[in-house]
Amino acid sequence: MTKDECKKLVIEIIADIAPDEDLTNLKPDVRLRDQLQLDSMDFLDIVMELRKRHGIEVPEADYMQLASLDSCAEYLTPKFQAMGK
Amino acid sequence: MNVVLIVRGGWLAIFVSFFALTRTVSAYKVRMNLPRIVITGVGLTAPNGNSLAEFRANLLAGVGGIEPLEVRYMGPLIAGVCHYDPLKYQKKKEVRVGTRAGSISIYCAHEALADAGIPVESVAKDRTGIYIGITEHGNVETENEIYSLSKYNYDTKFWSHYHNPRTVANNPAGETSLNLGVTGPAYTIGAACAAGNMGLIHAAQMLRLGEVDLAICGGVSESIHTFGIFAAFKSQNALASHPDPKKASRPFDLARNGIVISEGGALYTLERLDDALKRGAKIYGEISGYHVNSDASDYVLPNPERQAECVAASIRRAGLRPSDIHIVNTHATATPLGDVQEADGLRTVFQDCPDTYINNTKSFIGHAMGAAGALELAGNLPSFEDLVVHPTINVDNLDPKCALPGLVINAPVKAKRVDAILNNSFGMLGINSTLIIKRYVA
Repeated sequence: MTKDECKKLVIEIIADIAPDEDLTNLKPDVRLRDQLQLDSMDFLDIVMELRKRHGIEVPEADYMQLASLDSCAEYLTPKFQAMGK
Repeated sequence: MNVVLIVRGGWLAIFVSFFALTRTVSAYKVRMNLPRIVITGVGLTAPNGNSLAEFRANLLAGVGGIEPLEVRYMGPLIAGVCHYDPLKYQKKKEVRVGTRAGSISIYCAHEALADAGIPVESVAKDRTGIYIGITEHGNVETENEIYSLSKYNYDTKFWSHYHNPRTVANNPAGETSLNLGVTGPAYTIGAACAAGNMGLIHAAQMLRLGEVDLAICGGVSESIHTFGIFAAFKSQNALASHPDPKKASRPFDLARNGIVISEGGALYTLERLDDALKRGAKIYGEISGYHVNSDASDYVLPNPERQAECVAASIRRAGLRPSDIHIVNTHATATPLGDVQEADGLRTVFQDCPDTYINNTKSFIGHAMGAAGALELAGNLPSFEDLVVHPTINVDNLDPKCALPGLVINAPVKAKRVDAILNNSFGMLGINSTLIIKRYVA
């Protein structure tokens, strides 16, 4: 899995969690919360969907790694790759 | 010493008697001076209509709203399903995060405010109360979560973090307060199937106490989204079945075989009369009287004696006589026993009332549980204007034990006058609520 593919998977999850948001022009280096109306429950949703859809666990101490699309890709891509994806 | 005590005791007795008399007189004065409470807006969604106009038109045209529904674990059943547009007043995310009961409440609240001519922006948020009757809440979300968990080998780390906000008992009222930005009291009233009336009754009390200036109140139900209620009524041999869904809900008919479960909601705006007049509001009717009591006799079986007491007390508290009531909307759910018991109770109260008509709304929409009382009242409110009494449909062979004088069967009737409507709602664990609305007269 590449970092771009990882970002696509994250955007798919966000599209379901925040269905009213326009995700076409998300800036990968800007915090998601600064671009979208996401609250702490929504981030828990992202964590839950990573667990449900992809079997990936994100410990609470690492939640900050999900701040932007870039940081998501940095943090999650190795996890996907470790799972052989 | 004894003499002193006797004298002191005598004064004490006189003082206590005087105090008691003063309290009685004060209570009488308070009751006499209670502010009048009026209905100024109606918002609803029912299986056969998403506005009062549509609902009423279908009640007069004999159009019901029961349809097939696939229920988890149980397969094809029938139910009353609402088809309002949730996105009219909610964002997609609100619908996803919230509950069906919350969504129904939000829809009805907005519709009621619009009907009352009160723009949401102009609502005095801290002086508005939201009081919503519910039969139950949380079963839908809990069942969904357990079903979802079963796909993950019951590993609880897959349990939703939304479970608690979705299942707290105040959820429907809380979601409505969030959506409207109302910061006054917002909570639900759990009263089984008597709850719809209870929402209005409680709201009237809060308005009279001056706790709020505007109340959004009534009842809602999301029960059709839980298999548990269907399975429980089935186990109780109280779930209706019929080849034609629209004929399944048939109170007072000999072939009735149980309840059709429905979802829905009806919320009203209630105001003190002075406030309503000040802003030139349309007035649908005035809260005239009510009563709430308990059977204290069985978990599920109704008690006709207590029901009759509830009805009689509400009429007495309204300062009316039974013959002053021109429409009685029955609670009858089409169970073999319950309908007869309610009929027995009503017969004792309305035995000499030739101008009193009796009807039933569940024959059209099934049993909307916590919404039932509020929806059924809404279906009858327009009678103050058009003097037409909607019928009880699906009565092919009237059960002689339910043959109440004045029962309106299968077709509407034109009444000579409609000055007062009495609405019955009874619930499990023996809670009874009766609400009387009278025509507004200045």
